[in-house]
Amino acid sequence: MRLSMDLELQDVPGQLLLALQPLKDNKANIISVVHHRDRKTPRGTIPVRLVVEMDRSKLDTIKNQLKSSGISVVRAGEDRFIEAVSVVLVGHVLDSDLGDTVSRIDSTGFAEVMDLALTMPGVNEPSSAYLKIRATGKTEIQKALGILRQVCREKKLLVIEPIEAEAV
Amino acid sequence: MRDVKVSLVGYGVVGHGVVDVLNRKKKMLREMGLNLKLISVSDHTGTVLADEGINAEKILSERTLQNVATSDMKGKEAVSAIDSDLVIEVTPTNIVHGQPGLGHMEAALSSGKHVVTSNKGPLVVSYDRLKKLAEDNGVMLKFEATVGGTMPLISLVERTLCGNTIYGIRGIFNGTCNYILTRMTEEGIPYTHALSEAQDLGIAEADPSYDVEGVDTAGKVVILANALFDMNIKYSDVDVTGITGVTPEALALARKRGYAIKLIGDVPALTVRPTLVPMDSPIAVAGTLNSAAIYTDLSGTITVTGLGAGSIETASAILSDIISIYRTKQIDAIF
Repeated sequence: MRLSMDLELQDVPGQLLLALQPLKDNKANIISVVHHRDRKTPRGTIPVRLVVEMDRSKLDTIKNQLKSSGISVVRAGEDRFIEAVSVVLVGHVLDSDLGDTVSRIDSTGFAEVMDLALTMPGVNEPSSAYLKIRATGKTEIQKALGILRQVCREKKLLVIEPIEAEAV
Repeated sequence: MRDVKVSLVGYGVVGHGVVDVLNRKKKMLREMGLNLKLISVSDHTGTVLADEGINAEKILSERTLQNVATSDMKGKEAVSAIDSDLVIEVTPTNIVHGQPGLGHMEAALSSGKHVVTSNKGPLVVSYDRLKKLAEDNGVMLKFEATVGGTMPLISLVERTLCGNTIYGIRGIFNGTCNYILTRMTEEGIPYTHALSEAQDLGIAEADPSYDVEGVDTAGKVVILANALFDMNIKYSDVDVTGITGVTPEALALARKRGYAIKLIGDVPALTVRPTLVPMDSPIAVAGTLNSAAIYTDLSGTITVTGLGAGSIETASAILSDIISIYRTKQIDAIF
């Protein structure tokens, strides 16, 4: 699972190394480290943002180890919405309550509509919409698409989904 | 030199192509050691018979055999009565009951004749039974031309990619739909307009429903699933959505984000539906082209593309099936 963490380090040499040690010990794969020396906090500490790929169950252990090294963990949690998918809908997209269509995805908590473009050629003609949906992972993308398919069946909309890049 | 007596059943666009191609390639076939003799051609009006081979020039100018037929025999009767080694079946396809092609193929196989066909209907309706009939009678049933026209797909998977596990095949299997979607994207014209244009050019039939409703593509999905994936499925097992609901606005919205909308058939998912395909994907071909991505364990993804229809092109797939029957028999004879 991909997580991001915001830490605050003391402005003394060797602090970053100290902060990374517990991650190494717990086999976390570091994706990125951003060291904000220029954004010193009022407390005189230096904020550092880490993105790591790791086993979620190790999170508490790592947090405790960091604290005992005198490093404060400001925030640590799942990096949300790392997957995205494009979908095109055709039919009476607006008249069939577009707000509801979007909120059925947004209300899942694991997926949301992040981009929407709508073309309406005429009053009685079918409109077309492009939606970009993002979600917390690949499985969640599939779940969100499942919901969208169901909603569009109810509303008699054509769903045009992207081709899978790999054989499933 | 091996003499092969060939009967052709069906004398429409593809039938004409077959007569033309067999005639053009006579010399090349002889050099391969095959003396293919077209001893009969039948259609719904009658049969032309010639033991020493039909004069292609004489019949190619005829739209039907009505004025040149030398016998009244038709259909199944002709297939059973004429002493040929191989029957080429190219009558019009019917995906519901498979006839008349199904009867022709049964008659040919059960009397020990190889069958080569471009006719999807009989294979969609009863592939397993036809396959068993061929096995029981020690003959071959070949149908490369039924899927993707001249684009090699079935033989590519069965022969060239043998040893691979095939995870799936996805592709564009209908040139008419692909042409319509391509024109709608290029010109921003509505579906009905692009359809009439295709009809004017002879790319779409007067009744286009078979193509645009996805029926044709679904038939091909059934053939691929049964022949290459041993799935034993029927037409009704395929979830089909055609292209009639696709709007030029939808195509424009997709294009702006780097996608084309294509009618994609998917095996083993057994779906036919308009699908977003990245424009830089090798299967996102334009115009009347067909394409297929074959997902394998050892070779990764293999993509093929080619003309999915056309008289000569379809005849080319039929010719390569015929040659492969006798090449395979040669290999069998060695062992």
